[in-house]
Amino acid sequence: MNKVIRYLVNFARGLRSLLVGMRATLRVFFRKKTTECYPENRKTLTMFDRFRGELVMLHDDQNHHKCTACGICEMNCPNSTIRITSEMVTDEAGKKKKVLTEYRYDHGSCLFCQLCVRTCAQQALGFLPTFEHAVFTRGKLIHKLNREGSSLAPKPVAAESPTA
Amino acid sequence: MFDFSVITQWIDQLLRGVMPDAAATVVECVIIGLCLLLGYSVIALALIYVERKVCAWFQCRLGPNRVGPFGVLQSVADMIKMLIKEIIEIKHVDKFLFGLAPYIVIVASVAAFACLPFAKGLQVLDFNVGIFFLIAVSSIGIVGILLAGWASNNKYSLIGAMRSGAQMISYELSIGLSILTMVVLSGTLQISELVEGQADGWLLFKGHVPALIAFVIYLVAGTAETNRGPFDLPEADSELTAGYHTEYSGMHFGFFYLAEYLNLFIVAGVATTLFLGGWMPLHVPGWEGFNQVMDYIPSIFWFFGKVGVMIFVIMWFKWTFPRLRIDQLLRLEWKYLLPINLLNLLLMVIVVVYELHF
Repeated sequence: MNKVIRYLVNFARGLRSLLVGMRATLRVFFRKKTTECYPENRKTLTMFDRFRGELVMLHDDQNHHKCTACGICEMNCPNSTIRITSEMVTDEAGKKKKVLTEYRYDHGSCLFCQLCVRTCAQQALGFLPTFEHAVFTRGKLIHKLNREGSSLAPKPVAAESPTA
Repeated sequence: MFDFSVITQWIDQLLRGVMPDAAATVVECVIIGLCLLLGYSVIALALIYVERKVCAWFQCRLGPNRVGPFGVLQSVADMIKMLIKEIIEIKHVDKFLFGLAPYIVIVASVAAFACLPFAKGLQVLDFNVGIFFLIAVSSIGIVGILLAGWASNNKYSLIGAMRSGAQMISYELSIGLSILTMVVLSGTLQISELVEGQADGWLLFKGHVPALIAFVIYLVAGTAETNRGPFDLPEADSELTAGYHTEYSGMHFGFFYLAEYLNLFIVAGVATTLFLGGWMPLHVPGWEGFNQVMDYIPSIFWFFGKVGVMIFVIMWFKWTFPRLRIDQLLRLEWKYLLPINLLNLLLMVIVVVYELHF
């Protein structure tokens, strides 16, 4: 008798779970579709914030960047995508300083691993969520990230005490 | 309600007027054959498109939307691609059986397709054991599937074919018994009489509880019979690549593909004919105005509308449930569906004998 009851209970339970599943899929059926019709909506299509499209060096409105040409990003890059050229400059106080001349980034061999952005001590780098990067020659994929005539941002004048 | 036999009889008279009787019969046979094949392929194309759209909607996607408006020409493009593809000759296969298998599958499903009553007066095969013929003919397809698996000389194909054999033979029982239940209720095996008998109410409503149980069992077994998900383990892509049609290419594969979709249509069509009144409009006793409005809708729309609903339900099964394992599949049939079916048949007999139906 117990067996018969168990058979019937199992049967009813199974049937119910099937119906629950069907209700769930029917809800999805009438939900708004998530497909992006790409070439038609290219005017309005935006990628999500964390999308890694291309590396950029962040510049402020006075054309200052934060790169000190330390080369940590270059060392961390697994594909040798980044090539930094710098020169030694002696300033008025007689101090020697490394100054960035060119920050070359090969978009074609980038892994988009974000190690450069993560390791940058100055937060000088970032990723843009752009995605239309197809070109006909590889040379066009090599970008110079520091803008023409840009320079290192001057240190904030006593913003915080150095002991912090 | 428009009767299609007016048109068919007019064609018949016309042909008999210009040629001897025997020649007229031959010409009519050829015309009917052509119409059937044309309808067969057009419905298959439409179904492939519908399947892809419905599947996409269930997955929150849009589905094909590039070729033609809303992607309606997608399956036409696919068909052209399939037609011009090479049929690859494979070494170490049994050439004759390998070539024969897709034709057996497609012949079986065309023959079953011919039995369906599409509209009033629009039915090709209609004789006194019609529904019996339909069951018999539709199970020939399994011979083709077994042959395909055997002749391919490939273990995946063979496993797929054997699974398919075990599955189809088991579920044939359920289909047969649930159809038998409805035959007990309507008292005829002839398809046209089955439909005519539902003029005053669909069998699903007439037979109430046992008819409803038979309907559900028929749907489950019918889904299994078409080798569709959740019973698609004969061609379980993840384990057997494509099951029995792994080695097939070009239009030979196309035949299996077409037959699969047409079997879906046939299962839905038989469900419509047996349970939902075939091409009969929906009538509610007592609502005269409503019934009149329903009568204005042509019978062919009724048939295809009901079949469409049934097809949607079967697709809904496919995109909801995960695939069964072979032992689960057989357990479902032999331990659940079959005993319930036998009890249900008994219940239907009691209902009919004591006239408890409407």
